[in-house]
Amino acid sequence: MEKILEVKNLRTRFRAEGGIATAVDGVSFDVYKGRTLGIVGESGCGKSVTSLSIMRLIPDPPGEISGGEIIYKGRDLLKLSIPEMRAIRGNEISMIFQEPMTSLNPVFTIGDQIREAILLHQKTSRAAAKAKTIEMLKLVGIPVPEKRFDEYPHQLSGGMRQRVMIAMALSCNPQVLIADEPTTALDVTIQAQILELMKKIRETLGMAMILITHDLGIIAETADEVLVMYAGKVVEKGPVKEIFANPLHPYTRGLLNSLPSLEKKKRLETIAGIVPSLLDLPKGCRFQARCPYAFEICRGEEPALREVGPAHWIACYKDLPRFEGKK
Amino acid sequence: MTTYLVRRLIYTVPILFGVAIIIFSLFNLVGGDPTYQMLGKHATPAQIAELRHELGLDRTKLQQFGDYLGQMVTFDFGRSYSTKQKISEMIWSGIPPSLSLAIPAFIVETLLALIIAMLVAYFRGSLFDRIVVVGCVMGMSVSALAYILFGQYVFAYLFGFFPISGYDPDPILRFKYVALPALIWVTVSLGINVRVFRTFMLDEVGQDYVRTARAKGLSESSTLFKHILKNAMIPVITYVVIQIPFLITGSFLLESFFGIPGLGSITIDAIHNSDFPVIKAMTTIETLLFIFGNLLTDALYSVVDPRVRLK
Ligand SMILES: Nc1ncnc2c1ncn2[C@@H]1O[C@H](COP(=O)(O)OP(=O)(O)OP(=O)(O)O)[C@@H](O)[C@H]1O
Ligand SMILES: [Mg+2]
Repeated sequence: MEKILEVKNLRTRFRAEGGIATAVDGVSFDVYKGRTLGIVGESGCGKSVTSLSIMRLIPDPPGEISGGEIIYKGRDLLKLSIPEMRAIRGNEISMIFQEPMTSLNPVFTIGDQIREAILLHQKTSRAAAKAKTIEMLKLVGIPVPEKRFDEYPHQLSGGMRQRVMIAMALSCNPQVLIADEPTTALDVTIQAQILELMKKIRETLGMAMILITHDLGIIAETADEVLVMYAGKVVEKGPVKEIFANPLHPYTRGLLNSLPSLEKKKRLETIAGIVPSLLDLPKGCRFQARCPYAFEICRGEEPALREVGPAHWIACYKDLPRFEGKK
Repeated sequence: MTTYLVRRLIYTVPILFGVAIIIFSLFNLVGGDPTYQMLGKHATPAQIAELRHELGLDRTKLQQFGDYLGQMVTFDFGRSYSTKQKISEMIWSGIPPSLSLAIPAFIVETLLALIIAMLVAYFRGSLFDRIVVVGCVMGMSVSALAYILFGQYVFAYLFGFFPISGYDPDPILRFKYVALPALIWVTVSLGINVRVFRTFMLDEVGQDYVRTARAKGLSESSTLFKHILKNAMIPVITYVVIQIPFLITGSFLLESFFGIPGLGSITIDAIHNSDFPVIKAMTTIETLLFIFGNLLTDALYSVVDPRVRLK
């Protein structure tokens, strides 16, 4: 497996009223060519901030990437100059956003907006860029793309707009595609179509993908590796099959238990309690207040990520021998 | 698009009618009897009756309202009570001086404010931004009268850069006279316009489509001057275009202080002399211009905003 993107110990913080909120706190993961990394976690755990940090699109102020490295093809993106970073954005690494309804510019035609990306990164004529745009629109399943080229965003449904965003993101054949909850704002049938489309495209184009979602069902269907985040930290990561078969972190278990399942017909469980405020984190493990296994040690040192199986990492003390039996 | 505008045009008919009723009632309420004013205390009843007949005041209110509607359509508002001049002639003679001052001042002020607002949006949050905002507030806080007095005293009287007041209808020479009031116009309105335009720009900066533009790899300046500017132009155009028709009626304050014989001066004089037909004519024209300005804004809206174009 060829590693294409390596995020090491990423920290992103925001100046907020009442202090500094570290929305992403020491997150590390690898992304491999031709594979999909899924990032899951509840709302506010730092998924979008992680992806925007990779793009270096964190609004500054109030935000700031305060530490870590993002290695792409041997270069640290955080050390690139602004023009160098611009040459990567939308070209080698591109992104699809959570909000399809507002992410397109309302006063330009969709064709214009996609073609703009192509003209920016590739040395082609306007006519060639238009042909490429129409080809992309066709690829993402937009009917009559020649006609749609001249339409404005408000003439398209949410699902169609997200397809346009995907077409735009893919128009320069990126190496890495970051999809931040691409289907959250869409209704269920459209969700399935878009996910299916993304899966197909990833397979045909062979790029790497980071798929962000709070829906483990989507992860099970599309991802190869999973990263589970909680309050700005990675609590568990590993291959999808391993995580689903053998979830170790109580938070991951909680998420899995809250998945509806047809076969088991058991009662849906939710994780009790709420996410702690980033401005007022407890000492020790961030999940302790909601954890059914929390014990003294969890209130001491914050658990670090440990490899507990092949490529399977958790940040939890639960499986330690001295922990057993104490509950 | 055309049907939309035609529809809007048809809508203006009932609006105009309503406005005519309001203006007519107001002038009948406050107008009083002009014959006293015109003939003095010692007029004989016969003289009064004759004048009332001449002015059409002996007709029923309904007939008078009909006369007024006729005036609105023909633009013939009768004669001034005080100068006896035909009002339509007064208006035609007042428009060129008003426009000679208003058009250059308005163009410079709008463009300058737009440029400063864009720079401020580009350097938002910086020291430059803060200095400009503070400067705007300071500029806005000073009364226009202060600028007029200062300008007339310092630049016209002490330094002699400009004439203190007056006007020359010569196509070139007139600009010697309008330069100082135009400069004051720009100074007075710059602060508020920069602030308004800055808000329009900054409202757009935080939008999701701006993030998309950046994620595409566009530079900060392309994002601002292409994506943000075109969106910000929608409120800017509304704000600017609605003012255009009023350029014709000129500036009351500047024209009367600088002795420019435009519509602003004419109106102020008419108010001083209780010259009701002139005031009524000016009020009517202002109203028509306002309705026209709205229409113009809507038409331009549909040019910049594709979402309006279809409806
Ligand atoms: N522009 C910002 N200014 C201040 N705080 C921010 C900003 N953007 C994000 N945050 C904070 O960072 C934290 C993580 O937010 P993020 O958007 O990454 O969550 P998320 O995991 O994507 O959630 P969701 O599932 O709702 O999209 C939140 O606590 C949020 O308040
Ligand atoms: Mg998010």
